[in-house]
Amino acid sequence: MANLRVNGQERTYDGDPSMPLLWYLRDELGLTGTKFGCGAALCGNCTVHVNGEAVRSCVTPMSELGGKSVITIEGLSAKGDHPVQVAWRDNRVPQCGYCQTGQIMQAAALLAKTPGPTDAQIAEAMAGNICRCGCYQRIHAAVRAAARGA
Amino acid sequence: MTKFNTHTKIAIANVSRRGLLKGVAATGGLVLAAQFPIVSGAFADYPTGATEMPNGTVNNPKVFISIGSDGTVSIVAARAEMGNGAARTALPMMVADELEADWKRVRVVQGPGDERTYGNQDTDGSRSVRHWIQPMRQCGAAARMMLEQAAATEWKVELAEVEAKDHEVVHKPSGRKLSYGHLAAAAAALPVPAADKLRLKDAGAFRYIGKGTTPAYDLFDITTGKAVYGQDVILPGMKFAVIARPPVLGGKVASVDASAALKVPGVEKVVTLPPPPAVYKFAPLGGVAVIASNTWAALKGRDALKITWDDGPNKSYDSKAYRAHLEAAVKQPGKVERNVGDVDKALGSAARVITREYYAPHLHHATMEPPAATARMNEGRWEVWAPVQSPGGTREDVAAALSVTTAEITLYPTLLGGGFGRKSKCDFAIEAALLSRELGGTPVKVVWTREDDVRHGFYHTVTAERFEAGLDASNNVVGWRHRSASPSILSTFAPDPKHPFFIELGMGLVDTPFNVPNIRVESGEAQSHVRIGWFRSVNNVVNAWAIQSFVAEMANELGKDPKDFLLELIGPPRIVDPREQVTTPWWNYGEPFQTYPVDTGRLRNVAELAAREAGWGKQLPKGQGLGIAAHRSFVTYVASVVHVVVDKGKLTIPRVDTAIDCGYCVHPERVRSQIEGAAVMGLTLAKYGAITVKNGAVEQSNFNDYPVVRIDEAPVEVRTHIVEHAIDVPPSGVGEPGMPPFAPALCNAIFAATGKRIRELPIGDQLV
Repeated sequence: MANLRVNGQERTYDGDPSMPLLWYLRDELGLTGTKFGCGAALCGNCTVHVNGEAVRSCVTPMSELGGKSVITIEGLSAKGDHPVQVAWRDNRVPQCGYCQTGQIMQAAALLAKTPGPTDAQIAEAMAGNICRCGCYQRIHAAVRAAARGA
Repeated sequence: MTKFNTHTKIAIANVSRRGLLKGVAATGGLVLAAQFPIVSGAFADYPTGATEMPNGTVNNPKVFISIGSDGTVSIVAARAEMGNGAARTALPMMVADELEADWKRVRVVQGPGDERTYGNQDTDGSRSVRHWIQPMRQCGAAARMMLEQAAATEWKVELAEVEAKDHEVVHKPSGRKLSYGHLAAAAAALPVPAADKLRLKDAGAFRYIGKGTTPAYDLFDITTGKAVYGQDVILPGMKFAVIARPPVLGGKVASVDASAALKVPGVEKVVTLPPPPAVYKFAPLGGVAVIASNTWAALKGRDALKITWDDGPNKSYDSKAYRAHLEAAVKQPGKVERNVGDVDKALGSAARVITREYYAPHLHHATMEPPAATARMNEGRWEVWAPVQSPGGTREDVAAALSVTTAEITLYPTLLGGGFGRKSKCDFAIEAALLSRELGGTPVKVVWTREDDVRHGFYHTVTAERFEAGLDASNNVVGWRHRSASPSILSTFAPDPKHPFFIELGMGLVDTPFNVPNIRVESGEAQSHVRIGWFRSVNNVVNAWAIQSFVAEMANELGKDPKDFLLELIGPPRIVDPREQVTTPWWNYGEPFQTYPVDTGRLRNVAELAAREAGWGKQLPKGQGLGIAAHRSFVTYVASVVHVVVDKGKLTIPRVDTAIDCGYCVHPERVRSQIEGAAVMGLTLAKYGAITVKNGAVEQSNFNDYPVVRIDEAPVEVRTHIVEHAIDVPPSGVGEPGMPPFAPALCNAIFAATGKRIRELPIGDQLV
């Protein structure tokens, strides 16, 4: 039995403690904005915030989440207008879009801690997030723009 | 909790005949009737290959456009959206522009798989814009004229006095206006204007076409997590399935002990699936499915299965041994595929012959979204949700697998989390349908893990290429022999031909437009042991890499500038016609030669443009270099110049300049995004891409051993230079043709930087 908050809402979980947060979010809560890409913390598509930290939900078991607060893309902002989301749209970042919620969650966590990252810090922080369409140039530009508040 | 695939649901409500009648009753304003005969290519201004595609094109506005009484314009997207922005942005945008609709009041609704209604839906071959610009404009123009006619009738004025403008029809003499919403019902009752009466807009009057300002339709939903992909479909009462597939292609389950799997909490059923037929096409591979109440339980259940496999004849497939076979094949005379002059004589009498060999392994798409599909029986009909590039074909294949008629299947295409050719193959959708049938029609989602995806793909072929170029005493190239050996995609669809078929030959093998008097292209025998499939740009990837690498090698041998020598080989601007030179009828990407000839002037131009923009010839510090490559594919001309920095074996790419001539450019911003992405995917295949097989089984599994390029190693800046054309130059492909020049331009840059020539992909640790 674990009590946790998901996007501000209290949840009680009494299922398999080894189940990764990813499947709890997707299969049990229907929060499919958090994507399945690799299941092994290799691609970052499943990135959510746990107590403000970017984590890979595909390898984070429910047993570790008691008392924690989880924010998913659905909870990042009420109207979808978090500065990172706005920058993503302004820079026309996505192609297929599948990885972009994970990218946005990763970038939002970076900027929360490091409001004015250098290019090297952006590359380092975003290097765990794969985009197979190859939108990296625009991802980089969007993170810069969000950091500037542009 | 319950979540439907909303955009496809909307489509059904508007587009199916039954749903339409409901819609009319509810809103009183829909134009759409879907009862009109299909007009295929009737108004075409110029011929394209669209008419040769199954079910052709449709330009009937009553099929694609509906207008609500509130003025909302709904446009059906009937092709699949995988990220290039063609299906759900560019095509509807063309309709909206001709319709004089305000894009902010346009709703794009995804059509189901139904080619009899919508025409061909195979979203591959970089065909969407080049095949659909004419029908989409015609749809929009016809609907605009119907709205104008409705307004003129209501006002009782001459048609010439009214004009549709920005979602309204204006009576020019009086300035009176009627909204599209007001006019919709009356316009709907009018006949569609005859083909020869359509007035298309002048390009100067376009609001959206050619501007590149229209954002991708799904941009907001993508950035907020609302966009629904195949993995995201949730239906009431849905079960989740994963499948243990045979590790070797064609393998069978010898025995399975599911007792431990069935003890995993949440696991409900274990089903053994039949092995595929001898010709695989898109048939599921068989194996053992575990069905559970959530994905995690299904995965744990699968881990607990004890399966003994009967691997079958492909067990002996070994990439190392096979490479030796291919390399031996290209040392022997092969099947002649193209012949110009007398290459034996030219090479025999040459003052010098330069010979090189190249090798590139299998590749895998690794779409960001692993395959997934959901199926159920609902009110006596099968419903399937799947991220497929082929909504119509998938519907037919699922029907065949279930032994029901196509009419009994509704196929809802979701968004695709990447396609790249993998999702042209609908094995995963068939799996979902078969498993739902096992459960009496209960909804089942089949989830592929990344490991499933990497180990059970439709792989890009593996290739050995050998070149011999003969030079006379003045260093003119007098003979060119190219031998290629690679297993054929056709082996997936028919008894293995062991040689490339016409489509593969046309992708950069027999159409190389070099100005050489004696040319022969030969193919060696190569049998397939895995499912070979098309991967973005298909054979062009390796053909361009090998040919353009060899060109730079020759330049180096001759002490010439690689760009100048490339232009010298291409020769003067002219039309090259391979049709009389090939032994199998030549495939021009399915296009008529008169519309899309091979124009060396355009190929030269992109090479010169990329070189100029990149500052070709500039002095660079030690360890840095520029490389160039140019290639025509998907009837588009692309050249890339890559700037590379090699430091202790580590590659950095500060800049790429890519010039693209895709005819008239419908959406420049989306074209730039495709070119930027192609550079990244091109870098991935050059640097890392290798699927290898041992004892018949793929050795790679996930992004740890099948790495793809990440942001910290991606090209820092890709500059896209689009050759500008007026609208009378027909648009050509964009999604794929950015790929082929990248890897050879990179390898040529590496040679310029280091003197190290890459003749085997991937680059891996060859620079260390």
